[in-house]
Amino acid sequence: MSVVEALYQCSGLLAVLILFATGVLILLLDAFSPLGRKGRLGGVAVAGTAAALFAAWQSESPGEPLFFEMVVWDRYALFVTSVILLGALLVLLLSLEGRRRDGAGTGEYYALVLFAATGMVLMAQAVHFIMIFLGLEILSISVYVLVGLPRHERRANEAALKYVLLGGFASGFFLYGLTFLYGATGSLSMTAMASYLGTGERVFNSYLLLGTALVLAGFAFKLALVPFHLWTPDVYEGAPTPITAYMAVGVKAAVLAALVRTFREALPAVVPHWTTALWILAAVTMTVGNVMALVQQSVKRMLAYSSIAHAGYLMVAVVAGTPSGVTALLVYLLAYTVMNVGAFGVMVVGQKERDGGELLQDFEGLGFRCPLVGAAMALFLFSLAGIPPTAGFLGKLLVFSAAVEAGYTWLVILAVINSVVAAYYYLRVVIAIYRRSEAAEAGPEPAIRLSGGERAALILAGLLTVGVGVLPQGFWEMARRAVLALG
Amino acid sequence: MELFLFVTFSALTVGSAAAVVWHPHPVKSALFLILSFFSMGGLYLLLQAEFIALMQVLVYAGAVMVLFLFVIMLLNLKPRGEDRAAFKVRVRWAVPLVLFFVGGVLTAVTGALARLAPAGSHGPDWVAAQGGNIRALGRLLFTRGLLPFEVTSVLLLVAVVGVMVLAKKERR
Repeated sequence: MSVVEALYQCSGLLAVLILFATGVLILLLDAFSPLGRKGRLGGVAVAGTAAALFAAWQSESPGEPLFFEMVVWDRYALFVTSVILLGALLVLLLSLEGRRRDGAGTGEYYALVLFAATGMVLMAQAVHFIMIFLGLEILSISVYVLVGLPRHERRANEAALKYVLLGGFASGFFLYGLTFLYGATGSLSMTAMASYLGTGERVFNSYLLLGTALVLAGFAFKLALVPFHLWTPDVYEGAPTPITAYMAVGVKAAVLAALVRTFREALPAVVPHWTTALWILAAVTMTVGNVMALVQQSVKRMLAYSSIAHAGYLMVAVVAGTPSGVTALLVYLLAYTVMNVGAFGVMVVGQKERDGGELLQDFEGLGFRCPLVGAAMALFLFSLAGIPPTAGFLGKLLVFSAAVEAGYTWLVILAVINSVVAAYYYLRVVIAIYRRSEAAEAGPEPAIRLSGGERAALILAGLLTVGVGVLPQGFWEMARRAVLALG
Repeated sequence: MELFLFVTFSALTVGSAAAVVWHPHPVKSALFLILSFFSMGGLYLLLQAEFIALMQVLVYAGAVMVLFLFVIMLLNLKPRGEDRAAFKVRVRWAVPLVLFFVGGVLTAVTGALARLAPAGSHGPDWVAAQGGNIRALGRLLFTRGLLPFEVTSVLLLVAVVGVMVLAKKERR
C-alpha cells in the first residue's frame, strides 16, 4: 500500500481521526493554558464532536473494506457513529457546568470522553476482531478512568475499582474466545471467517462453540446483560452522572453494533445454534432489570437497573435477527440514547442544587421549581416507559413487531409484561415531580438555574425524543438502508 | 522430544500460574508469575517463534515484572494471615468451578483437534520465505497490521493519560 493510498483510505476514518485529534489538542491546550481559562476546553470538545458528526455525514460511505480489511465505512457504521456521537455531544454539553465548578482534571476529562468516543466509533467500523478488541479496550480504559475521576469520593473509587477488575476479566474472556475462533477458522477477519465456515458441517465444532460462548460473555459483560450485570448498579451509581449516561448509551451502542456485525458478517452460520441461549439472556435480562428497579429508592440506581432492562429489550431485536429486527434495533438505539441521556441530564441539573440529589424525595416539586426541567424529565420517563407518542414507544413497537414476525411470540409477551411493570417505577418519579414537597409548603423554593449547555442538551434530547416518536419515517428509512449495508 | 518439552513447559506455565493465585506471599506470587512467563517463552520457542519468545522474556519477565516487584516492595505488602481463612472458604467454591471450566475446555479442545482450521497463509514456510521471524513480523506490522499497530498507540496514550490524571498531585 502506497502512502497516497493510505492517506486516501484515511478518509474512511475521518470521524475517528477528528475525535482523536481533538482529544490530543485538548490535552495540549490544557497543559499550556492558564488555570482560569480551562472552561473553554469544553467548547473545544463540543466543537470537535460536532465536527466529527458533520464529517461523518459529509463523507461518502461506499462500504469498501479499508486498511487490509480491518475497518469499513458503510451506512451501518454511519448510523451507529451518528448515535454514538450524538450521545457524546449530549454528555459533553451536560458536563460543561460541573467541570467548570470542579476545575481539577478538566482537560483530561474532555480528552478521555473524546478518546472513548474514538474507541466506540472504531468498534462500529471494525470488520476484524483485532480492531473490535482495540476499540473495546480504548473505550473501556477511558471509561474506567472517567468513573474514578472524583478521586476523593469513596463511591467513585469503589465503582472504578470494581469496573476495572471485572472489565479486565471480561476482556480476558473475549480474547480467550478469539483464540478459539482463530483456531476453528484460521482467521480473525470477518469475511474470511464467514467464507471458511460457509453453511455446512464445519459449524459443528467445539472450538467454534467455545469461542463464540466466550466472545459472547465478553460482549454481555459490557452490555450489562444478566447474569453479567453484577457490577452495573454500583458502578453506575458511583460514577459522575454524565459519565453514567455515557456508559449507559455510548458503550452499549458501540458494543451492540459490534455484536450485530459479528453475528451477521462473521458467524451467520453459527448464530442459529445460539438462538435459545440469546432468548434466555434477553428474557432474564429484562425481567431481572425491571424487578430490581422496582424496589430502588435512589433514582440513579433505578435508572441503572432500567438500563439493564433496556439492554434486554435490545437483545430481543438481536434474537429476532432478521433485517427488520436489526432495523428496529438501530431505531431503538437512537431512541434509547436520547431519552436515557435526557433522564440522566435532568439528574445532573438536580444535583447542582442539593448534595446527592438522587433520591425520589429530591425530585418532589421539580415541576413547579423549574417547569422546563420537570416537563423534560416527565417526557423522558414517559419515553422510557414506552408511552406514545414518544421515541421509546416507537422503538419498542418496531422491536416487538419484528420479533413477532420472526416467530418469537412468547418472548414478546414477556417483554410487554415487563414494559407494563416498568411503567410503575417510571411513573412514580413523574408523580413525585408534580407533587408539592413539604419544603415548598413552608415557602417558595429557589428556582433551578439552567446553564446554556444543560439547556441545549435537554432541549435537543427532548426534541429528538418527540421527533423520533412522531416522525419516525426518516429515521426508520436511514436504519433500513444501514441494515442493507450489512448484507 | 518436542512433546516432552511441550508438556514440561505447559505444566510449568499452568502450575506456576496457579501458584501465583495460591501463594500467600505477594513477592513470591510475583516470582511465580515470572516463572510462568519464562515457560510461556519456551512454548513460543517450540512454535519456532524465537523473536516472540525473546520479547516475552525481555518485556514481560524482564521489564513488566520488575515494575511489579518494585510496586509490591514499595507498598510493603505483608502476607495476609487473617484473610487466609476467608480465602480458603472462597477456594472451596472456586475449585469446582475452575475444574468444570477447565474440563469443558479440555473436552472441547481434545474432541475437535482434527477440526482445527488449516494453518493460514502465514505458517512456518511463509516465515522462512520472508527470511526469518523478525522480517516477517516487521513486514506484517507495516502492511496488514498497519491500522491495528497505529490504533494500539491510541490505546497506550489513553492509558498514560489515565494514569497521570489518577495519580498526579492536586493543585490547590
